[in-house]
Amino acid sequence: MSTATGPGELSLAQALNAALRDAMGDDDRVLVFGEDVGALGGVFRITDGLTAKFGEERCFDTPLAEAGIVGLAVGLAMGGLRPVVEMQFDAFAYPAFEQIASHVAKLRNRTRGALPMPMVIRVPFAGGIGGVEHHCDSSEAYYAHTPGLKVVTPATVEDAYWLLRDAIADPDPVVFLEPKRLYWSRERVDLTTRSAGPMGRAAVRRAGTDATLAAYGPTVPLALQAAEAAAADGISLEVVDLRTIVPFDDETLMRSVRRTGRCVVVQEAQGFAGVAAEIAARVQERCFHSLAAPVLRVTGFDIPYPPPKLEHAHLPTVDRILDAVDRLQFDDEPDLRHTGMAA
Amino acid sequence: MRLEDLLPSPEPVRFVAADGTGTASHGACPRPADDRLVEGYRRMVLGRRFDTQATALTRQGRLAVYPSSRGQEACQIGAVLALRDDDWLFPTYRDSVALVARGLDPAEVLTLLRGDWHCGYDPVATRVAPQCTPLATQTIHAVGLAEALRRNGTDGVVLALIGDGGTSEGDFHEALNFAAVRRAPVVFLIQNNGYAISVPLARQSAAPALAYKGIGYGIGSEQVDGNDLVAVLAVLDAAVAHARSGHGPYLVEAHTYRMEAHTNADDATRYRDDDEVTRWAAADPLARLRTYLSDRGLIDDEAVRTAEAGAEAFAARVRTALNADVPADPRTLFDHVYAEPTAQLEEQRAQLVAELDAREA
Repeated sequence: MSTATGPGELSLAQALNAALRDAMGDDDRVLVFGEDVGALGGVFRITDGLTAKFGEERCFDTPLAEAGIVGLAVGLAMGGLRPVVEMQFDAFAYPAFEQIASHVAKLRNRTRGALPMPMVIRVPFAGGIGGVEHHCDSSEAYYAHTPGLKVVTPATVEDAYWLLRDAIADPDPVVFLEPKRLYWSRERVDLTTRSAGPMGRAAVRRAGTDATLAAYGPTVPLALQAAEAAAADGISLEVVDLRTIVPFDDETLMRSVRRTGRCVVVQEAQGFAGVAAEIAARVQERCFHSLAAPVLRVTGFDIPYPPPKLEHAHLPTVDRILDAVDRLQFDDEPDLRHTGMAA
Repeated sequence: MRLEDLLPSPEPVRFVAADGTGTASHGACPRPADDRLVEGYRRMVLGRRFDTQATALTRQGRLAVYPSSRGQEACQIGAVLALRDDDWLFPTYRDSVALVARGLDPAEVLTLLRGDWHCGYDPVATRVAPQCTPLATQTIHAVGLAEALRRNGTDGVVLALIGDGGTSEGDFHEALNFAAVRRAPVVFLIQNNGYAISVPLARQSAAPALAYKGIGYGIGSEQVDGNDLVAVLAVLDAAVAHARSGHGPYLVEAHTYRMEAHTNADDATRYRDDDEVTRWAAADPLARLRTYLSDRGLIDDEAVRTAEAGAEAFAARVRTALNADVPADPRTLFDHVYAEPTAQLEEQRAQLVAELDAREA
């Protein structure tokens, strides 16, 4: 059963809400809980109306303790339920990290499959909304670096719905990172059908021939804007929306890069030891002989997330992406900026 | 709930004194039936022999490490006897004796310490969660599973074990709070053995007793002489009945003592003196119960010999099982990371298999 039964305009937040409602309607084992998710419907209203529809046994407020929330989910999953928990903000999830890293991620492995951990940990993440400190962290690398977790981030309204449905149905624990700045983006969608592949597959959002932009979550719309701007200058950029960071879809990205011969990876998080670094390494390992230029990264700076009035200076922009594209040696001039050989 | 209902007794509940003489039963807790105490004695003898055997196996290199619970047998066996088969136990790394006393295969219990894998038994089949190494994290899992039992329409109860040091961890407090707010059928048993590795209780907590930690969360609490099986079982019976009947969680602190060092790799002489150990040896839970049961005519020399022979046979089985070399296949490292291996894990497995094949060729 699906709430959104036909074409209509929805925000990404509403699509997430519909996914939770439909998943709870389809499977009595699905429970939604966290801080302020009941009467309030969550600070971003993602759980709006769920308690009213399904009752407090199915969608409930918990004490304000993130390790407790995730730990409770571990026990419930051991008992055959399918918890979907909300961490109120990215940085508020850190108290739960031990539970996530030591138990959620490992219990299947530690018990040779006897205790799978089907659960979804929803995390509103990243910046761009003028949030004060501790509300704008891009924490994906911590989770992606933890074997046993799947890490998903939607960038479109349709993906918000279907990737969350996939995540809830998945037999493994999924950290579901919701780009806060896209919550209010609206699209006309028909949620009865899906155009992109399942969780675990990347999607080519715009076809191009000169270079590949790899992006995920909040930077996908940015990459599409950059591709649009580049097209005006006669440069054809392909945009790959990674959708799922773990498991990573090497195939789709490598197929694109082998064809274009150039790649820029765009992420909002600080760059050092981040997901973009892993992707850049994978591309050069697999596509070295197809590459006409080094794989470049456009990322946030290696600083704590800035205060609201300064975040614009930190966040990747269309111009920064276009600057990186300009450095992809289309004129056969080597880019010596990081080589120590620059004049 | 009234404050008086939450407060533990001012002194630990005790039925049997250190010299084995019985004292008046505690008002709120009936004395457990004789046959359960006799069965408790049998399992304590077996548990102690298992513990000694496991420590010996570390010296022979068969186990990487073993955290002994010698001296804590009344808690270990009391916890097991208080539970029905369909109840769940959430143990720590120091609770192997409770696991074998519950009937788990000793080789499967010791898999973790032998190093073949992490959890060697099936938690679902045994209703025993994996022995937990990160302190106190299992207590909140216990709350979740207790809630799942209630949701699934059973009257099952969960017993979560924790040590004195673990009560300082945040997860313990979150577990108490969640359990109380959600009225989960869970019993928390603190085995206060005096030390967290080397740190004595006085450096751990300024509370009058750890049992008082329940009050702030609205949880009824009791403290008990942890070296008196009769008292431990009586108090846990009451706590389990409280949880099973829908009254929510209960907290029990058992005062006991870890007779051995933290593990075979620890040196307890650096942080406690022999006099203290000697004093606690006089409060030994096994000798106390044996005297108590003998004096009441519930066991005789023959029963003692039978229990000890059974324990000896069990130790021999443990030795045989642990002396066998079980091949650990590196090819299985990629199993059970996810329900289905990712493409990347398949690549890595192929790489490892090629390495192993080349080595074996």
